[in-house]
Amino acid sequence: MAGDVTQRVSGPLGSRTARRRPRTAAPYVLLGPALALFLAFLAIPVVYALYLSLQGMRIVEGGVFGTREEVFVGLANYRETLTDGAFWSGFGRLAVYGLIAVPLTLGLALCFALLLDHAGARARRLSRAAIFLPYAVPGVIASLLWGFMYLPSTSPFSYLTEKMGLDAIPFLEGTNIFPSLANIALWGGVGFNMLIIYTSLRSIPPEIYDAARMDGCSEWQLAWRIKVPLVVPALLLTGLFSLVGTLQVYGEPTTLAPMTTEISQTWVPLMHIYRSGFIQDDLPMAAAGSVILAIGTFAVSLLLLRVAQRRAFGGHQ
Amino acid sequence: MSAPTTTRAPSAAPKGTRGTHQRAKILPTAVLLIGAFYCLVPIIWIFVAASKSRADLFSTFTFQPGTSLLDNVRDLFSYNDGVYGQWALNSLLYAGVGALLCTLISAAAGYAFSRYSFPGRNAIFYLILAGVLLPAMTLAIPQYIIMAKIGMVGSYWSVLLPGLISPFAIYLARIYADASVPASIIESARIDGASEYRIFVTIGLPMMLPGMVTIFMLQFVGAWNNFLLPYIMLADEEKYPINLGLYTVLTRGSGEPALYGIAIVGTAISIIPLIALLLFLQRFWRLDMISGGLRG
Repeated sequence: MAGDVTQRVSGPLGSRTARRRPRTAAPYVLLGPALALFLAFLAIPVVYALYLSLQGMRIVEGGVFGTREEVFVGLANYRETLTDGAFWSGFGRLAVYGLIAVPLTLGLALCFALLLDHAGARARRLSRAAIFLPYAVPGVIASLLWGFMYLPSTSPFSYLTEKMGLDAIPFLEGTNIFPSLANIALWGGVGFNMLIIYTSLRSIPPEIYDAARMDGCSEWQLAWRIKVPLVVPALLLTGLFSLVGTLQVYGEPTTLAPMTTEISQTWVPLMHIYRSGFIQDDLPMAAAGSVILAIGTFAVSLLLLRVAQRRAFGGHQ
Repeated sequence: MSAPTTTRAPSAAPKGTRGTHQRAKILPTAVLLIGAFYCLVPIIWIFVAASKSRADLFSTFTFQPGTSLLDNVRDLFSYNDGVYGQWALNSLLYAGVGALLCTLISAAAGYAFSRYSFPGRNAIFYLILAGVLLPAMTLAIPQYIIMAKIGMVGSYWSVLLPGLISPFAIYLARIYADASVPASIIESARIDGASEYRIFVTIGLPMMLPGMVTIFMLQFVGAWNNFLLPYIMLADEEKYPINLGLYTVLTRGSGEPALYGIAIVGTAISIIPLIALLLFLQRFWRLDMISGGLRG
């Protein structure tokens, strides 16, 4: 190997060619497992979902009752899904839920991150660990947990109100289901988002603060005028995660469903898709619903990135 | 997608020197403590509830501890011939083994993207990255059909294998390799005659270790949380992860309140190891690479 190098360095084409990195298959070998898994579990399934969504289950003549067969139906599944009121109601509920959960999660995460970064605050380590703790609790478990705290028979809150001679708090009834579900997302998500924003705050050079203070900036102004604008990229990222997460809400309402009559089988789009595929046994229809949801997720994400990029970086570019 | 060259946070910035008067300390501290309280209450509640007998659960004040913790734990572990222990082991397999393999695979891929230029590099990278935005259900349905066609539905593999590929983990690994593995060191190792693979294993991987801990944690929590995939793939209760198992207990419990007690104790016990792990590994996290990834 050493001789190899000497030979190349003193090669006839001179040192320029000789110093060029030897051609190697290493990057492809290192990428191999990831690429194989990507193809098998992401790329091929996506292509297959697209194909499947153009198929339909139809009863074909033959035998006594006919048999169900897959036939090409073009965009019929998409037409049916897009004109299905239940599917759209799911998005409507998702919007209400998301409008409560996402701003609250991000707002509180930012607030806690700023306070953790605030020199005056005490009990910072304790609070940081405590607020982060719910991240360790799986969403379905968190829903179970809060579910028990919502159920009139086990709820500590309703226990108190009943002792005071009032009724149980109807956490799981009517429109209360939206804040109740949003609260579970908030509880589980605020700590992780807080840590990301906090980490981003800590990477701001402290000299910036000193300069601002020298100019007579109060802690409050410092937070709003300097810290918040500087963590916009982190907010953007956490916002994107929250948004994509919201569009894919599934486990939480499914877990709460046995405890309340408010949550139907098609309460959110993913539940609608699950029902099409696995309860009504119509996988092509479910595939069409999934593709629509995926396109929606892409569109919303791109829109957010576009808007945020203009606001965050527009001044500098 | 330019990666940051340095995003290292000054972990102990001299902020204590800031002049603040007493009054300014109370409000921030109070708000933080309220937040901490809000986050802790349900966790305290579940442990208190786990200590109550079935009768007490529905009759005594909810934050008043009971004396039936051991009975409840015994009930839990004898439920369905001790299936709970099996669920816990399954979760450990899906999340632990899955996250470990995923971290290694992602580190190798991230290193390759970061430290080599080869034909198709950007195209492949962005193709993989686009996978971040795919909803789980979009993938789960065709994954289910493909698994069914090759006869793997219902097996451990059907949950483990799809979890090994994570576009976000590969993206993070690339960012981290960009920031932490200097090209000059690789170059000198090459001159010393080390093979590309040896350089990766003995130089690249150790330098990427802090980033890999972060990726491992994210993957571990993600897989431990994953409900949809096992819900779709698995029919045999013996192979359920812990969250799916507890979900089925609860679903049955709505007709049979006796099972609420089991679901509560099971929930309480299931969160202990994860809380311990997260608190322990918290100091090794490199979350700055997540927030730094978008910096312009």
